[in-house]
Amino acid sequence: MTLWFVFALMTAAAVFAVLLPLGRGPRPQSDGSEAAVYKDQLAEIDRDVAASLIGPSEAEAARVEIGRRLLAAADHQRDPPMASNIFLRRSVAIVALVGLPIAAIALYLPLGSPRLGDFPLAERTRVPDATQPLDNLVAQVEAHLEKNPTDGRGWNVLAPVLARLGRYDDAVRAYHNSITYNGDSAARRADLGEALTGAAGGVVTAEAKAEFERAVALNADEVKARYFLGLAAEQDGDTTQAASMWRAMLATAPPDAPWRPLVQAALARIEGPGAPALPDATVAAAKDMNETDRNAMIHGMVDRLASRLKQNGDDVEGWLRLVRAYMVMGDRDKAKSALTDARQAVANDAERLRQLNEGLKNLGLDG
Amino acid sequence: MIAEAGHYALVLALGLALIQSTVPMLGARWHDAALMNVARSTALAQLLFALASFAALVTLHVTSDFSVVNVFENSHSLKPLIYKITGVWGNHEGSMLLWVSILALFGGLVAAFGNNLPLSLRAHVLAVQAWIASAFYLFILITSNPFLRIANPPIEGRDLNPVLQDIGLAVHPPMLYLGYVGFSISFSFAVAALIEGRIDAAWARWVRPWTLVAWIFLTLGIAMGSYWAYYELGWGGWWFWDPVENASLMPWLAGTALLHSAVVMEKRNALKVWTILLAILTFSLSLLGTFLVRSGVLTSVHAFATDPTRGVFILLILCTFIGGSLTLYAWRASALKQGGLFAPISREGALVLNNLFLTTACATVFIGTLYPLALEVLTGDKISVGAPFFNLTFAPLFVPLMIAVPFGPLLAWKRGDLLGAAQRLMAAGIAALIAFAVLWAWTRGGSALAPLAIGLAVFVIAGALCDLAERTGLFRAPVATAVRRARGLPRSTWGTAFAHAGVGVALIGIVCETTWNSEYIGSMKAGDVAKIAGYEVELDSLAQRQGPNFREMVAQFTVSLDGRRLSEMTPSKRNYPARGSSTTEAALLTRGVSQLYISLGDTADGTIAVRIYHKPLVLLIWFGPVLMAFGGMLSLSDRRLRVGAPKPARAPRGLQPAE
Repeated sequence: MTLWFVFALMTAAAVFAVLLPLGRGPRPQSDGSEAAVYKDQLAEIDRDVAASLIGPSEAEAARVEIGRRLLAAADHQRDPPMASNIFLRRSVAIVALVGLPIAAIALYLPLGSPRLGDFPLAERTRVPDATQPLDNLVAQVEAHLEKNPTDGRGWNVLAPVLARLGRYDDAVRAYHNSITYNGDSAARRADLGEALTGAAGGVVTAEAKAEFERAVALNADEVKARYFLGLAAEQDGDTTQAASMWRAMLATAPPDAPWRPLVQAALARIEGPGAPALPDATVAAAKDMNETDRNAMIHGMVDRLASRLKQNGDDVEGWLRLVRAYMVMGDRDKAKSALTDARQAVANDAERLRQLNEGLKNLGLDG
Repeated sequence: MIAEAGHYALVLALGLALIQSTVPMLGARWHDAALMNVARSTALAQLLFALASFAALVTLHVTSDFSVVNVFENSHSLKPLIYKITGVWGNHEGSMLLWVSILALFGGLVAAFGNNLPLSLRAHVLAVQAWIASAFYLFILITSNPFLRIANPPIEGRDLNPVLQDIGLAVHPPMLYLGYVGFSISFSFAVAALIEGRIDAAWARWVRPWTLVAWIFLTLGIAMGSYWAYYELGWGGWWFWDPVENASLMPWLAGTALLHSAVVMEKRNALKVWTILLAILTFSLSLLGTFLVRSGVLTSVHAFATDPTRGVFILLILCTFIGGSLTLYAWRASALKQGGLFAPISREGALVLNNLFLTTACATVFIGTLYPLALEVLTGDKISVGAPFFNLTFAPLFVPLMIAVPFGPLLAWKRGDLLGAAQRLMAAGIAALIAFAVLWAWTRGGSALAPLAIGLAVFVIAGALCDLAERTGLFRAPVATAVRRARGLPRSTWGTAFAHAGVGVALIGIVCETTWNSEYIGSMKAGDVAKIAGYEVELDSLAQRQGPNFREMVAQFTVSLDGRRLSEMTPSKRNYPARGSSTTEAALLTRGVSQLYISLGDTADGTIAVRIYHKPLVLLIWFGPVLMAFGGMLSLSDRRLRVGAPKPARAPRGLQPAE
């Protein structure tokens, strides 16, 4: 509403500028004329003569010339006197009062976007916007680190996200920086090794192996590093070595360790009758690592989405994402309740309801 | 809200310009003072809205509001503040908005300070100004709107062209536009005079300050652009006869001619028709320059975007205004009363000669610039007209002009004495001969052309000094008298001397730079030494560095002369990831008015391609125009009226005629 108020004020100012001179009565003519210029020129000759810049004879010649111009200018002064044309003035006033606002609005409406507010960057970054795609957030953090490359905490945050996005090379750089600015630690070395493995398409390279070995040297209980060292042995063809390493892990592991099933599966794979070490399987295994962190992150994201949708339920895509997320997490009850919530939220909007139902059909849920 | 308010302000400015372009004309037709005064209030209001619109765009750029397409495409949140501001006109839409804002500024100034103008003349001038403004507001709103929005704003912009991320962008375009657009006032005055059907010396008095302001800014703008190209583009040239450069040179040449012919008109009431024509041509060439640069007909650093609809629209504006004004000229010019008479050899005659040379020079540049374009349109053949053409045509025109320059101020009005002037220039001639002889002996065996050209330049400078000496009676009268007279001289006389000397100074710089420029091109690695013009340049190290929105490779050089360490130079190569483009930042070492210039090329395993130039007296090239502009400012500050006292037919030779 303020915008239209500002527009109205501006239009009023413009109209006022046109009407102002029209309202004034006839004034004594105070404007310049040619004669005034020539009179000044005559005065100028006197000054030049006084300063002896020109001689008396030249001054005389100049005076004669300017005198002629003065006479000619005086002739022109006998122009018809100023009239005031009431009809014309009224028409101009009407054009200004009616035509100007109409023309301005008619031109502005098809071009402008009056419903769009301002988006200064400072405000947008201060209020983290849940609708922003992850890429934008990552770009922001990267831009921040470009300026402050020694911010170790920033690298710590950025590195796992890059790894998850599949940007392994950048993740490797980020982990390197994280180690440089945060100090060495077994977990960081193991993460770096994992990123290197990811960059090599799931193959534990010599470089990655060196990182895992360093991690185990720092902390003999570093689970991730130990798992990957086993994987390295498997990829080298030394399945017995791999099996013994993994068995040792399981032997010392607490019974409720979240990574237990993964290692058990890996063990079953290599001990299984004639099961070849499929590269695809190893890739999948690598991707499945780090369950705890990953689950925490996914839960966080899903909860954020859910609370946002609770506030603003118009976002059909958001609802579908939420339902899909619950299903992937195996939480069917929550998926069901989210579905009911979604139906309620968009019940008043036929178009959205249709979109929702189609999306649900695609998810394999009841339409 | 800022974006939309700025947009709406632009629309309102268009509405006001439309009213301003019609109502005052009607008022002048029916002799209604109130209607004519509408021109004034609308011009001021239009200025207000145009400035508001421009300020809105600046604010949007500064706050990085990427919901505006223009900001998204040309800005980056990490850019330093100064480039966020200059980036406003570092793109097509923004630069057009700057163009109309300056147009509105000039209109507003005429409205605010035009109290000494007759009412009907002011009404006509402002109406014509509003025609131009309306056309360009419409152009901006329809084809190049800087306020278009994006509903889902991206988080980061695409950054400004790195070549433009330089302090030069803060100075060059605004100056150039003040020059280009400033000539619109002389154009409006000329068209107004044609509409009113009369013109006289007073007209020239009223136009003088506007023409002078435009000329000063155009001079500085061109010089600044040339210096910018010199240090930013990285190959050490300062003028390429590039069509875009020519586009700014043409209005300058015509504007210089206009300036001189307006002097004749103010002082002697002569050359009226010629002055009107020059006023029309100068602004037409400014418009042509805008068309060439903005339509995308030419590809250069100035062509931000190519969009055929824009080209067609500007072409339409161009044809309407140039065609319309020339038609009006053909129709009404014959009705203008002829003014004062003068003998061929006189100050007036010298100025006519000067104008002929300047306009012919302008015509050759025009042909050299447009012929390739016309040929491409007609036959599809692509040819390029480069430096050889211009050197062969432009130089021969400028030599006689330069010889004539010192004579002009020494000739009397109405009827002059060439022999007398030549005698008084004897000293300058002798100085020129000495300069020529010394240089020829010094550079024995080399081209005789360069010493000759420098002799000519010395002649021009010494001629300007001779003129001052003559007027003050230096060497003839006691020193005290001379000083008193020097104080009494009108500032415009000093301005003439400075401006003419500036031409000579620039010529010396140009000749020295092109003749005795030496260069070293090669690849170096750390520890290598290059020898050039007596200097030893050693590459110390290569290092990577992180800037705000770029990464750069910096090379550190140590410069020494005769084993004595002088200074360090750090040229660099910058890479801007947002646009994936790079720039070279040349390093300059100034020694007196000469410069050492290093720019970097590509790197390959530890070695880097390096170009080192030694450019003797190169700074004079830009010092000359600064001197010219200073002369112009002196003349501008002289608010006195100019009177050209004619020399009486048979009078004993008395004191020198003066301004």
